[in-house]
Amino acid sequence: MRHLTIKALLFTVLMALTGTALSEYALNLTTGVTETSRQVYDLHMIILWVCVVIGIIVFGAMIYSIIYHRKSKGAVAAQFHESTKMEIVWTIIPIVILVSMAIPATTTLLAMTNTSDAEMSIKITGHQWKWQYDYIEDDISFVSNLHPEHNKARQLNSGIDVASIDNYLLEVDEPMVIPTGKKVRFLITASDVLHAWWVPELGWKQDAVPGFINEQWTKVDEPGIYRGQCAELCGKDHAFMPIVVVAKSPADYEAWVAEKKGAAVEAAAEGDREWSKDELMAKGESLYATNCASCHMANGQGLPAANFPALAGSAIANGPADAHINIVLNGKPGTAMASYRALLSDADMAAIITYERNAWGNDAGIVQPAAIKAAR
Amino acid sequence: MSTATAAHDDHHDHGPAKGLMRWVTTTNHKDIGTMYLIFALIMFLLGGAMAMVIRAELFQPGLQLVDPQFFNSMTTVHALLMIFGAVMPAFTGLANLLIPMMVGAPDMALPRMNNLSFWILPFAFLMLLSTFFMQGGGPAGGWTLYPPLVLQYGDGFPFLIFSIHLMGLSSIMGSINVIVTVFNMRAPGMTLMKMPLFVWTWLITAYLLIATMPVLAGAVTMLLTDKFAGTSFFSAAGGGDPVMFQHIFWFFAHPEVYILILPAFGIVSAIIPTFARKPLFGYSSMVYATASIAFLSFIVWAHHMFTTGMPVAGELFFMYATMMIAVPTGVKVFNWVSTMWKGSMTFETPMLFAVGFVIMFTIGGFSGLMLAIAPVDFQYHDTYFVVAHFHYVLVTGAIYAIMGGAYYWLPKWTGNMYNEKLGKFHFWISTISVNVLFFPQHFLGLAGMPRRIPDYAVQFADWNLISSLGGFVFGLSQLLFVYIVIKTIRGGEKATDRVWEGAHGLEWTLPSPPPYHSFSEAPEVK
Repeated sequence: MRHLTIKALLFTVLMALTGTALSEYALNLTTGVTETSRQVYDLHMIILWVCVVIGIIVFGAMIYSIIYHRKSKGAVAAQFHESTKMEIVWTIIPIVILVSMAIPATTTLLAMTNTSDAEMSIKITGHQWKWQYDYIEDDISFVSNLHPEHNKARQLNSGIDVASIDNYLLEVDEPMVIPTGKKVRFLITASDVLHAWWVPELGWKQDAVPGFINEQWTKVDEPGIYRGQCAELCGKDHAFMPIVVVAKSPADYEAWVAEKKGAAVEAAAEGDREWSKDELMAKGESLYATNCASCHMANGQGLPAANFPALAGSAIANGPADAHINIVLNGKPGTAMASYRALLSDADMAAIITYERNAWGNDAGIVQPAAIKAAR
Repeated sequence: MSTATAAHDDHHDHGPAKGLMRWVTTTNHKDIGTMYLIFALIMFLLGGAMAMVIRAELFQPGLQLVDPQFFNSMTTVHALLMIFGAVMPAFTGLANLLIPMMVGAPDMALPRMNNLSFWILPFAFLMLLSTFFMQGGGPAGGWTLYPPLVLQYGDGFPFLIFSIHLMGLSSIMGSINVIVTVFNMRAPGMTLMKMPLFVWTWLITAYLLIATMPVLAGAVTMLLTDKFAGTSFFSAAGGGDPVMFQHIFWFFAHPEVYILILPAFGIVSAIIPTFARKPLFGYSSMVYATASIAFLSFIVWAHHMFTTGMPVAGELFFMYATMMIAVPTGVKVFNWVSTMWKGSMTFETPMLFAVGFVIMFTIGGFSGLMLAIAPVDFQYHDTYFVVAHFHYVLVTGAIYAIMGGAYYWLPKWTGNMYNEKLGKFHFWISTISVNVLFFPQHFLGLAGMPRRIPDYAVQFADWNLISSLGGFVFGLSQLLFVYIVIKTIRGGEKATDRVWEGAHGLEWTLPSPPPYHSFSEAPEVK
């Protein structure tokens, strides 16, 4: 009886401790903001408690035995070593527990995988190391990168105190925006290697597989900002491709769509005019930092040890512009150099290429957006 | 050399050849077993050093020590060294040392192949480690080698693939040797159902290895041709499928998980009855449970792939099959507890490790059961929850069993007792630190920290700091193990033949240390 009390006491203390610690340390799975995430959380808690209870029984028996059945207490070993009855009992009981777990797990899984009757669709494409979002019905497309400020802080020995940055590594330049109360279907794929799109508060993650499309869906009840990140190792900067989903009321969402479309028209017009070298260089420098510096490094020296070539003094960045445009547009198969065709507008790509051809001692002239348009 | 001597000198015991050539040319099961164990220990320390780099970088948020590419190569090579370099060779070493002594044989059935299967290993791992000095650095795509990422890897790629081929070759030869020995070399009266469980679990493990290693070899060869011969097995652009690699890989790697744990079950099943002074409870159900686990291990592989976008019928099948594994595994745990029940227990170091194994392996088993629930795995997958899970089953599971086994049989192998006080200290410091190291990783995973990242959001800082501190202590305390082993080899209190009061089995009837050819005359087993 004494042990039971001690155990009960320990248990209460443990629970109280976890309760108070919960505010400072994240300990448990999020309940999330969708029906799915709540179902997943409930399943998680059920199976956790099943394990805790079985654990208490098994470890309790062990600890009892360790305390009382030791030689120093004068215990004499019994010689029993078989009991078919017991073996049957502890085969049947776990089976019953497992079957009773499998039933709710199955219903949840079936609900999770039902992507029918979606009200809108967003195509998600994973790239090394950024996410691209294409809104199928609303005809919006943009790329979501790690926020530039975070990108600076996360460099090796950046000297920036990362604790001073809000939501360090979980902030992007342009978040995905979705309306609340609508079933949104996601079509998830990748352009280069495997990635996985994961926002814990939505209740799931899904791999992004190049050449294949995986479907998932969500329906968020409350407006809010929900953060996540890539969950499948995708190379050097796997840790630096966060996801931010902003859920807005349908009216706010419509306003965002209109604003986004206006910006797209402006951006397209940018590609139709002549740019000065200074304009291209200024735009190119910041775009280079977001898109290229991970591998080719901010100083253009690359990381030869990791197979990322230098651009400073390189044959391509100093040779004919066509070859340079071609590699940025189409990538280089068999390497980490991806195709930027779908990721950069004409003006953006012209700015990056111009920057690469004129920075770090390179001197190979400017490239206008029109040249990119022609090469596409 | 030694065989030439044996031809005209088989009436009295003779020693091994002298000097370095003894170890190069040896066909003796104890020499080879010893070399396997030393090799495993070196790889364990090297892989551990890499883990220290990982934990040092994760000590606080922000990047302080290594660039992300190097970090990724640390996680990748840490896993390859620990799985293929430490745990598997340690088990093969134990098999070599123990199986002939346990079944009453003079040596392994195929001694020359035994020599070859060991000597392949140092070259395989030199090849793997040499990639760190090549253009592109060490492999950084994860030990799972998923394409297309692994195909971006630099000059070291073919070396990585060929080193895996060699490791597989070595494992297959070791396994054939175990099977042939067990079926042909048992002493009269040693029926299959009288064999110690360590022999049983190894016999089943050997079949798993022979069945799955060629599958891995095939998968990595397909990677090789995809990279160099223009095939597109795993490239959608050429009609292939990157996910197909995962299916093939895990068809190997899930049985591999049991390859890494079944011999551990055997070791623990030897230690617990000895120190409980009571026969193993449910011997035959243990054998059947091992066989069931081995069978189930072939039909659960895709539970590593719940988020790849499988059809829902596939997810349901793999979820149910995976949950089933809890049943035979549970039987084993219940049997160990029943063996302890009403025993007359003492807690020397091997017993401490065995009891630690049962408790902490079971914790890893619980998180495994949680991971089996497919809809919840959509949250757990690829997070630190998974990292915590497999380190509980591999470190406090497989490695704890190996350590316990080393303490248990070390007096038999060397003829000297190890220092009990130091052994117990090693156990307690390891057990406290390993839990500080891995238990908080459950919380990190649940709170949303993905695995394989060198830098993380600030809310994960506290648990990472605690985990790293535990890691440093655990890492350092393994040097104590090295010290204890070396000290025991060099001398110490002489061990009796039986060594432990409650020990049963043929190996304990031999002198400590045993003669060069374990049983020159077959013992009789009643």
